[in-house]
Amino acid sequence: MDTAATLHYARRLGSVALGSIITLVASMSQASQPDPYLRPAVVPASSDNQFSQARVELGKSLFFDPRLSGSKWISCATCHNPALGWSDGLPTAIGKDMKVLHRATPTILNTAYQKRQFWDGRARTLEEQALGPIVAETEMNGNLDEVLERLAAVPGYVKLFDSAYPGEGITKNTLAKALANFERTIVSTESPFDRWRKGDRNAVSESAKNGFKIFVDEEKGRCVLCHQGFNFTDNGFHNIGLKGNEDPGRFAQVPVKILKGAFKTPTLRDVAITAPYMHNGAYNTLAEVIEHYDRAGEDKNEIPDPNMRPLQLTSQEKADLVEFLKTLTGRPLRVSVPSLPQ
Amino acid sequence: MRAWLGKLSLSMSILFMMVWTNQAAAGEYEIGQNKKRFTVNGKKVDVLRINVGDTVRFKNEDPFYHGIYSVSDISTFELGAFRKGQSRSVSFNKAGKAEIECAVHADMYMVIEVNAITATKSVNKRIQAAQ
Repeated sequence: MDTAATLHYARRLGSVALGSIITLVASMSQASQPDPYLRPAVVPASSDNQFSQARVELGKSLFFDPRLSGSKWISCATCHNPALGWSDGLPTAIGKDMKVLHRATPTILNTAYQKRQFWDGRARTLEEQALGPIVAETEMNGNLDEVLERLAAVPGYVKLFDSAYPGEGITKNTLAKALANFERTIVSTESPFDRWRKGDRNAVSESAKNGFKIFVDEEKGRCVLCHQGFNFTDNGFHNIGLKGNEDPGRFAQVPVKILKGAFKTPTLRDVAITAPYMHNGAYNTLAEVIEHYDRAGEDKNEIPDPNMRPLQLTSQEKADLVEFLKTLTGRPLRVSVPSLPQ
Repeated sequence: MRAWLGKLSLSMSILFMMVWTNQAAAGEYEIGQNKKRFTVNGKKVDVLRINVGDTVRFKNEDPFYHGIYSVSDISTFELGAFRKGQSRSVSFNKAGKAEIECAVHADMYMVIEVNAITATKSVNKRIQAAQ
C-alpha cells in the first residue's frame, strides 16, 4: 500500500491517532527508500556461481597468473592492474608481442553491477566475458585446451579447483566461473561523495556540490542522461562523436544504425584514477572530457547522440563538474598479490 | 440486367462494409518507454498480445532517447533515436512473435505476440454476433 492509500484508509477509519501513527510509519518508510546514488548493500552474483572464499581465492590466483596466456607472460592483471585503477594507464591496451590495440583497457571496478561486459557489450555476464581476453589472438593469445592442461598439471591448482568447485574439475566452465567470482569482489569503496550523500556536509566542497547539481540537471549538464545511478552508467551504448573514431563499436554486435561507433557508458566510480578516458583513450584529464561534452563532441559527421548538444557551461561550472567527479573516487581496495600455485 | 445490377450493388456494399469494418477492427496500442522499461498504462509489460493488422505506437516517456528495433521473423524494423514525448508507430501484418528491444539500453526487452485472427474473421464474427 503506498503512502497516499495508507493515509486515505486511516482517514476513512476516522481515527486521528491511527492516522498519525500511519503517517509516522509511512514517513519512516519513505526515509528508508534506498538512495539511488549509494551502492546497493549486496553485490549481485550468478545463481550458479555463488560467492565463496575458495572460489574468490582461486579466481584471484588465476587473475594474476601469466600461465593463462599463450606466451605465459601476460596475465589478466597485466592490463587490469590494481595499482592503476584496475586498468593500465594507457590510451589503448598493449597486447601480444607488445602490439598496441585499438581500445582502452576498461577498469574492472564494479563490473559486477554491469548488464553487459566489454566496450561493445558482447558478453552479458562476467562468466561469459572471462575467457574472451585469454583466447583473443591479439591479447593473451591462449589456447584454452593447452591452458587447462597446464593448470591441471599444477598440484596447487588441482587442490584449489577441487576446493572451489568440488567434483567439477578444471574446465573452461570452472575457469570462467572462478575468474568471474574474483572480479565481483572488485567493487568501489566509500567515496567522499557517498559520505556526503549519507549526511556529512563537509565531505565534499561547495564546488563539488554545485558540480553534482549541474551533473544531474537534464538541461544544463545533461550528464545524468547517460551516467545514472550509484554506478553512474545507464548500461547503454552511445556514439559521443570522438574524433577519428572508425571503430564500429556496438554496431558490430547489433547492426542498428544508431549504434554505429557507439560504446558502453563506463562507470564513473574511481574515475580520477582511471585516465586516460573514452574507449580510445582520447583524453588524459577530466577537464578535457568536460570540454568534449561542452562542445557536443568533435566529429559531427557521425550519427550524433541526441543526448548531446552544446552546453555553453562557464569555466567555473566546468571546474565544478571536475571537482564533483573527483569525489567519486574512494580509497583503493587493499589487494595483496597472491603467491601462484605450484 | 436490373437484377444483375442489384446483385453487383449488394456485393459492392458488402465489400465496402467489410473494408470499412476491417479498418475499424484494426487496433492501436501504445507502449511507453519509461525508466528504461516497456510499459502499458504505466506498468511494466513483458508480453503484449495483438492481432494481425494492429498498430503499436512506441512513445518515449524518459528524459533520454531510446532506439527501438526488432529483428524477428515477422517484423524487422528500427525506429531510429527518438526523444522524450516523441513516438514511432509500427503495424504488424504477420502472425507470430516479434522481439522488441532498445538499441541504446540493451536490457529493455519485450515480446509482441501477433495473433492470426484476421480482420476478415473479426468481421465475420461481428456479423455472426449481429445475427
